[in-house]
Formats: sequence, structure tokens, C-alpha cells
Amino acid sequence: MRGENAALGAAGLAGFLVLGEVIPRLGLVKQEYFPPVSRIAEALGVEVGDPAFWTALGDTLTGWALGLTIAVVAGIVVGVLLSVVPYLREATASTIEFLRPIPSVALIPLAVLLYGTELRSVLLLVVYAAFWQVLLQVLYGVRDVDPVAEETARSYGLGTWARVRHVMWPSALPYVMTGVRLAAAVALILAITAELVIGAPGLGARIAVAQTSQAVPEMYALVVVTGLLGLLINIGARTVERHALAWHQSVRGEVTV
Amino acid sequence: MLDVRGLRKVYEGSGRRTEAVRDLTFTVEAGELVCLVGPSGCGKTTLLKCMSGLLAPTSGEVTLGGRKVDGPPPGMAFVFQEYGRSLFPWMRVGANVELPLKQKKGLGAARRKELVADALESVGLADAAGAYPWQLSGGMQQRVAIARALAYEPDVLLMDEPFAAVDAQTRADLEDLVRRLWQERSMTVLFVTHDIDEAVYLGERVIVLSKSPTVVQEQLKVDLPRERDQLTTRVTPRFAELRTHVYEQIQAAKRGAVAAPGAGEEAEVAKAVGTAGGVPVDVRKDMPPLR
Amino acid sequence: MKGSAPDRTGSSAWRRLLRQLVLVFALPVVLVAVWWVTSAGSQDVYWPPLRTIVEAFWEVWTAERWTGDVLPSVLRLAAGVALAAVVGVALGTVIGSYRRVRAVCEPVLEFLRAVPPPVLVPVIMLFAGIGDTMKIVVIASGCVWPILLNTVEGVRAVDSVMSETARSYGITGVARLRRLVLPSASPQIFAGLRQALSIGIILMVISEMFAASNGLGFTIVQFQRSFAIPDMWTGILLLGLLGFALSVLFRLAERRVLAWYHGLRDATRGSS
Repeated sequence: MRGENAALGAAGLAGFLVLGEVIPRLGLVKQEYFPPVSRIAEALGVEVGDPAFWTALGDTLTGWALGLTIAVVAGIVVGVLLSVVPYLREATASTIEFLRPIPSVALIPLAVLLYGTELRSVLLLVVYAAFWQVLLQVLYGVRDVDPVAEETARSYGLGTWARVRHVMWPSALPYVMTGVRLAAAVALILAITAELVIGAPGLGARIAVAQTSQAVPEMYALVVVTGLLGLLINIGARTVERHALAWHQSVRGEVTV
Repeated sequence: MLDVRGLRKVYEGSGRRTEAVRDLTFTVEAGELVCLVGPSGCGKTTLLKCMSGLLAPTSGEVTLGGRKVDGPPPGMAFVFQEYGRSLFPWMRVGANVELPLKQKKGLGAARRKELVADALESVGLADAAGAYPWQLSGGMQQRVAIARALAYEPDVLLMDEPFAAVDAQTRADLEDLVRRLWQERSMTVLFVTHDIDEAVYLGERVIVLSKSPTVVQEQLKVDLPRERDQLTTRVTPRFAELRTHVYEQIQAAKRGAVAAPGAGEEAEVAKAVGTAGGVPVDVRKDMPPLR
Repeated sequence: MKGSAPDRTGSSAWRRLLRQLVLVFALPVVLVAVWWVTSAGSQDVYWPPLRTIVEAFWEVWTAERWTGDVLPSVLRLAAGVALAAVVGVALGTVIGSYRRVRAVCEPVLEFLRAVPPPVLVPVIMLFAGIGDTMKIVVIASGCVWPILLNTVEGVRAVDSVMSETARSYGITGVARLRRLVLPSASPQIFAGLRQALSIGIILMVISEMFAASNGLGFTIVQFQRSFAIPDMWTGILLLGLLGFALSVLFRLAERRVLAWYHGLRDATRGSS
């Protein structure tokens, strides 16, 4: 069954590529708009040979990784703090509910004015978007801590820090990992958006340049690269998450509130 | 009415073959209430799913009123053990009961409404039509599932361990409910259970199944009076004899002792079976009913 | 004695309500007050006093701007998300129902959903120009993936007993889809819609920033380019309010449609 699925998947992928080749060749769509797969692959080969491409990839990954790290650390620290200090969680709930749905792209003009095309522009957008993903999952995770475990720890006289370390953190960890996975995907989207719209150096900016210079196959090649990057990040994050979940007895569904 | 002939079911998956049901032959007459009982994991559910057309048997056949069953037949209703997963939680009780009727041709809205109200009334839930299933207790949910089956007006009602997941008192109530509905509506009921007392208390006839791969271990006529009562019926010596006998049969089935020859054909005859734990038990259908 | 009991519960209910109100409004009020006070004498061009921003708000967002910029943006968003919902649920139901179809599509879908949606803007501009069609297609093509993938998961997860119940009562085909599959998948579909909505707002804004002659994203960028800083801030605030309002509306709709689901979840949680 596994082997069959893999074969079917490979067939699907092959079919997708063949369609991408045949449809423009038959003239069903204009080749200037949608070049055949072979043209895109060719452009991709040229890109890969260009050192500037690798610089751009490095810039994108730097913005992504740095922004994600800041967001994850901040999300965890704030989440634990809100959960540990009495009343803080309730007092901040409405503020979080208001700030969270604010689209991070609203900050683009501000980022442009403050930082221009610097890395900090990218970081502002990435951190804002990714932070909420982590924070919310931490809060859900802490809420899910078994009250019996919590009370047991309390009755044995464990201090706040020990309780956080030995009770709250292990129970919340799977949620935190989910938060990190969601944040990793969002961070990539926002990093590329910032590059595309603001012009901060990176793959996004390279796509914008390809678009303005009508280099259509190159543009498609870069889009494919961002897709592959997203795919790698998703797979990587899921693997890390599964490892973190492996020791955890309860298999739980993703919290989607 | 409902005939099972040489039924065999083999599951094949990921390189393993599991013979769940080996060779089953029995008949349920029209208007009969038959209980199927067997050791846990003996393929009762497999059998029932084959009978209801949800599973295709590997060989042999099931016929309902002379017609071969090769898909869920219209004259049959199924009550599942997992009431919580059998009722649709996004529909209120009334809509749940009405849903199968909407699939039946030629039923007007007024008639459907009438059938739903009548069925809910029958199971004592006339007031619950507007509630969601998950707002009800487990026993009430199973009553809704029974009402849904009743409203469908089936010729045959198949019940797969319907009371296995409810508490003992609710269970007794539901058993009496099934007896009463069977008498009132003159349905044919096939009731699967792993509970020996339940099988003897409910059934007019008990079919004891062997362990998997399943064959018929024994068939036994339950000669208890037609009117049964949780208190008095269960303390009669006859009830005790019958349950002891079935118990010993099940024990024999678990050990894999060979079923008495001819079981299945001589359905009416409850034989003296000497294999049960070495203690001969004499149960005959011509024994006078004890009062 | 008897008379005092309801009084006590009454006053404690009032106290609870009061406490609730304080908890909800205290921090936002404090934050706004802090912003107001600290920015009051601000000479920094980029951080104008909140007072200036609030005053500018009413001048900037006139009725004309609402109908000329806000409304078109919201309509594009609605059209894009609606299109994505129809396509996503339809395709997701097909893919989720057949194992082989799913196996064939899975790698391609994994790739397509991993493409960061904003890079679709320049691609779709090639085909659809810079009009409303482009924006709607951009929004729809970014929003469709979370809806599609969640629908696939939801359709796959239809309970086996419910499925057999439906079969045994002859509920098949369209009736099965309408009465069993879609309601059963609806919590997942809504989770997908929620993700789609936040992606949709992002795409709405940046597609307008890229190429447009009206809309929220366009207007905000215009303010920024002409250094109308307080006006730009009002735009940021308005976008924030829009995001918040849409999430509240969505939650209300979800609570209504999925009332059964939340009830069921509470019921099973309470009993376990």
C-alpha cells in the first residue's frame, strides 16, 4: 500500500510536470505567460549557476531564521509569563484577541519608513506574524496541563520555577512544537512578502526584478525555488514536531480555536 | 425469513489472512427474536455486517425473504453498539430519526412526521425530538437509535451489542424495551450480545457461536414464558439452567471443543451436551416450563 | 433568610460581570492611555502624537474613501475567499473521498501549498493584468490551499460507524454528501476558512500595493510615499480594525454554524 501510494504520487507529479510542458506547447496558454516546464528548468539551471542567486537565498533564510528565532523565544517567554503570573492571562486576553488578527502587512509602510530595505524591515514583519502563532499555542498548551499534576506538584512544595520546568513545560511542549511549525511557515511567507513588496534583498526581491524585466521563465524558476523552500521547511518542522511528540503519550488534535 | 447459508468471511490485508467466520448456517424465522451469543472476539460483528450487506462474504450467502443480500436491503435496520458514533451530532434527535425516511420513496412529509413521533413515543422519548443527541445520556441516545430503526419500519432489526456500553440499570430497561417493541410490532429481531444472561432473558432462541473462526456451536430454544420480568424471570430455576447451559457452551467454545454434530439443522433441539467441563447437563426442549 | 439568597447571588453576578468588564477593558485602556501620553509632545516625524492620528482619521476616512477604497478592498477579499471556498471544498471532497486520487495528488498539493502565496502576485499579473480579476484570483489562489487541505482531512476523517449507519439506511450519493460528509467535515472546513481569511487579508493588501488605483493597500502606500505620516497611521489602524472586525464576524458565523460541534465537544469533555 505504501509502495503503491508512492508510485501513484510519483505518477501524479510526473503528470503535473507533463501538463506543464504540454499545455503551453500546444498554445492553450501563451508561452510568454506560462513557459513550458523545460524552459523553467533551464532558467532554474542558470539561476543555480549564478552566485547572486545564492546570496539572495542566504538573505531570505537569514531573515526567516532570525525572525523565527526571535518570535519563538518571545512567544514562549511571554506565554509562560502570562500563565504563571496570576490574573495576567485574563487581563491580557482581550488585548491579544485584538492584536492577533491585525494583518502584519499593515506594518509594511511603517517598516519602509523606519528601516527602508534593511533586514530589520523583514524582521519587523516576520516577528509580528510568527509571534502570535507561538504565543497562542503556548497558552493553549499551558491550559491543557493536567490539573492533578499541577496540584500534586504544588502539594510537594515545588516552587514556581520547578513547576514550570517539570510540569507545565513538558505538558505544553507538543503545543509549542505545533506553534513553531505554524510560525515557521508564516515566517517564510512574510520574509518573502517583505522582500517582494519592500525590496529588501532576497528571493522575493529577485522575483520582483525578474517581473519588471519581463524575465518570465526566471520568475517561474524563482517561484519554484520558494515553493521548494516552503516544502523543506514544512517537512523539517513536521519531523522535529514528531520527534518532540514521540515520547508524549497523548495523541492530540491540533488546536484550532 | 432470514437465511444464512455456509457463510464464510476471510479478511486479507498486508499479507495476512484472517479467517473470521468459517462456516455459518442458520435461519431466523419471521417474527422471531433470536439472540446470537459467543465468546468475545468471535466474529459476531463480522457476521452481522455480512448479514446486513455492509460486508461482502467470502463465500456462502445471506437471503432475506428469499432475496439474496448483496447490499444493505431496504427492509432491514441496524442498531450499532456505538450509539454516540451512529447518531449524527449535527442533527437534532427528530432529524436523526427522520433522515432514513427521506431516502424512502413515496413517504410524504406528514407521514414522515407521524412515523418519527410514533417511534420516539414508543421508546419513551416523545419530548426529546428537539434536543441534540449529545445532550442526552448514553441510554437515551441508544433509545434514539432504536427509534430511528423503528421509524424505518423494517422487517428485520439487527442489533449489534446495543447495550454493551450502557450502565446496568439502563440496560435492564432497554432489554424490556426491546421485548416490548418486538411483541407490539411483530418484527423479526436478531440480537447479538456477549452477555449470556441478556441472551437468555431476551431471546426466544439462542444461537451460541464458537470462537473465531466462527461456526455455530449450538442452538437452543428458550422455553421461558412470553411475558418476562427482570425480577421474577431471572430467578426461575429454568432461567438458571438455561444460562448455565449457555455458559458451559461458551466455555467449551473458548477451549475450541467441537460443536455438537448437527447443530444448525436441528435448530429446535437443545441437546444434552457432555463436553461442557466434563459435567453433563441435561437441557431438553420438552422439559415443562418452570413457573 | 430566604429573601437574602437571591440577593446574594444577584450581587455576586454583578460583581462577576464587573470583574469581567475590568479584565476586558483595563489593559487596552491603559495601553491606549500610555500611547496617548508618551506620544503627546512627539516631534518624531514617524511617530506622530496619537491625538494627531485620531484627528486625521476622521478627515482621511470620509464617506468617499469608504466607498472608493475600503469597500472595493473588502469586496475583492470576499469574492476571493468565496471562490477559494467553493473550489477548495469541491476539490477537497473529491480528493478526500478516493484514496487513489489522494495518493496521486498528494506530492503536487504539498508543493503547491508550500509556495508562499505573495509570489503569486507577479505570476497572476501576467495573466490577469492589474484589474479586479487579478486581485480576486490572487486572493483565491492563496486561500484555496488551507481550505482544500483541511477539507481533505475532514472528509477522510468521517467516522466509520456513521458511514456504515448511512449505508445501512440507504443514504448514499448526494444525500450522503449533504447529510453526512460535509457536516462531518465542517469543523475542519471552518478551520481552513479561518486560515484562508488571514492569508486573504495579506494578499488583498499586497496585491493592491503592487498595482492598483484604489483600495486600502493602495491608499496606505500612497500616504507613505507622499510622507503623509499621520494619514498613513490611520490606514494602519483601519487595517487593524478591519482584521479584528472580520475575525469577530467569522467567529460569530462559526459559533452559529458549528453550534453542534462546540456543544458536542463540551459534552464529551465534561463526561471524561
